Amino acid sequence: MLKALGYFIELLKGTWITARHFVVNMWFHTVNLVGIKTKRKGAVTIQYPEQKKELAARHRSLHRLMKREDGKPRCVACMLCATVCPAECIYIEAAEDPDLEIQKYPSIFVIDLKRCCFCGFCVEACPEDAIRMDTAKIDLAQTTPEDLVFGLDKLLK
Amino acid sequence: MTDIGILLIKIVLALVWFLFLTLYLTWAERKESAVIQDRIGANRASIFGIRILGLFQPFADAIKMIFKEDFVPVFSRKFLHTLAPFLSFFFVAITITAMPFGDDIRIAGKTISLQIFDANIGLLFVLAMLSLGIYGIILSGWASNNRFALLGSIRGAAQLISYEVALGLSLVGLIMVYPSLRLSEIVRAQGSLLLGFLPAWGVFLQPLGFIIFLFAALAETKRVPFDLPEGESEIIGFFAEYGGLKWGLFMMTDFMEIIIVSALLTTLFFGGWQVPWLSTAGFQFPWGWKWHLGPWLVTALEVAAFNIKVFIFCWLQILIRWTYPRLRYDQLMDLGWKLLVPLSLLNILGTAIVMSL
Repeated sequence: MLKALGYFIELLKGTWITARHFVVNMWFHTVNLVGIKTKRKGAVTIQYPEQKKELAARHRSLHRLMKREDGKPRCVACMLCATVCPAECIYIEAAEDPDLEIQKYPSIFVIDLKRCCFCGFCVEACPEDAIRMDTAKIDLAQTTPEDLVFGLDKLLK
Repeated sequence: MTDIGILLIKIVLALVWFLFLTLYLTWAERKESAVIQDRIGANRASIFGIRILGLFQPFADAIKMIFKEDFVPVFSRKFLHTLAPFLSFFFVAITITAMPFGDDIRIAGKTISLQIFDANIGLLFVLAMLSLGIYGIILSGWASNNRFALLGSIRGAAQLISYEVALGLSLVGLIMVYPSLRLSEIVRAQGSLLLGFLPAWGVFLQPLGFIIFLFAALAETKRVPFDLPEGESEIIGFFAEYGGLKWGLFMMTDFMEIIIVSALLTTLFFGGWQVPWLSTAGFQFPWGWKWHLGPWLVTALEVAAFNIKVFIFCWLQILIRWTYPRLRYDQLMDLGWKLLVPLSLLNILGTAIVMSL
């Protein structure tokens, strides 16, 4: 009986916590609805499609390939990114470049986003700073799987 | 207008009130839980791009449930499987007939009570109908022919039968204080004053009875601290084999039980439609002030008071549902048989001693 009384007091305490949350949040909701701006809001929710959170400076999002000044890709098809990729989602075919300083360029560079796990290893492995993951595109959903295979044309944009 | 016509109008109005409140209680539950947890809650349902705090959400839910496949498993007993949710729904829906919404009103020399079925066994009728709701649970588990559903329904039946005892015994003290089982008379008796200023509500006369009734009634609604029959997150409940509208009926039954329990708490312990110090002539404050009000205004105030009290108890039950974790099965039985039943017997004894003094 006494033990149960102790539980009862704890029950009241728990109810007090949730009731306090309710009343305080309702107060801020009401005040904001009337039009008074407060520093604290009634909810911490971010209404996603309309309202977006600022991404961190070090975030990883959709890849892009960097270009040289003349518009050709910086990539020299050294295959380091394809080698380091844990998901094996990068496919590169190299071709010969007439410029002796460059020697090789990718004729095909495909990233299969179906497999990509956005680990960012390719970015770290690249000796030419040719691939970056800073496009801030995180809503990548597509209706068909083929649309998720990104070739040179999409990556160089 | 004949009596039958008046009765039909009352039935339709009460059912509309009940179902509308049930529908919007689902919305209120989502919103309240969201506010408790610092979220916003369902606000996307819209009609032509207009979304007022997600107020169309219940209709979206209803449309979704209606257009889902009406699935009956091949291994189930088909007739009973279909019957169970309707039984569950019916026995809860019928209890609204016994609830007094307000004082008698007079139209053209006719006295109309704002209550559909003013039986002299009103309280017993409500308790009996709530108990019969167990048949819906047992049948659903049995007819599903699924072992987990059957186990869930057995848990539900055991829980409901255990808490029926405490529920009934906690009200014996109340029946002794207001010597009547007629709900309208219990409410009228709560209009008098204690010590000249305190309204004679059940909660002041039977505080222990109120607490026991609250716990037992929460167990009757089968919601979270006592949701062993259902256990939506871990253990499989009695409506595992249901989908679509039949599942919706079970969910609606839960929400209707919340309203019925709130209405019962209001009627028995918080004065029903009584507003403190309001009589048919208007307010008469204990410190001598008088404020005359017309009869229609008094009736409107009384009906509003009943509704507000019901809303407050619905709010409290949702708050409780979003605060506590689920009881283990032995803890549940301990609470019912070892704490609530002895306490309610003590309450009867104490009430009898005080009344015989």
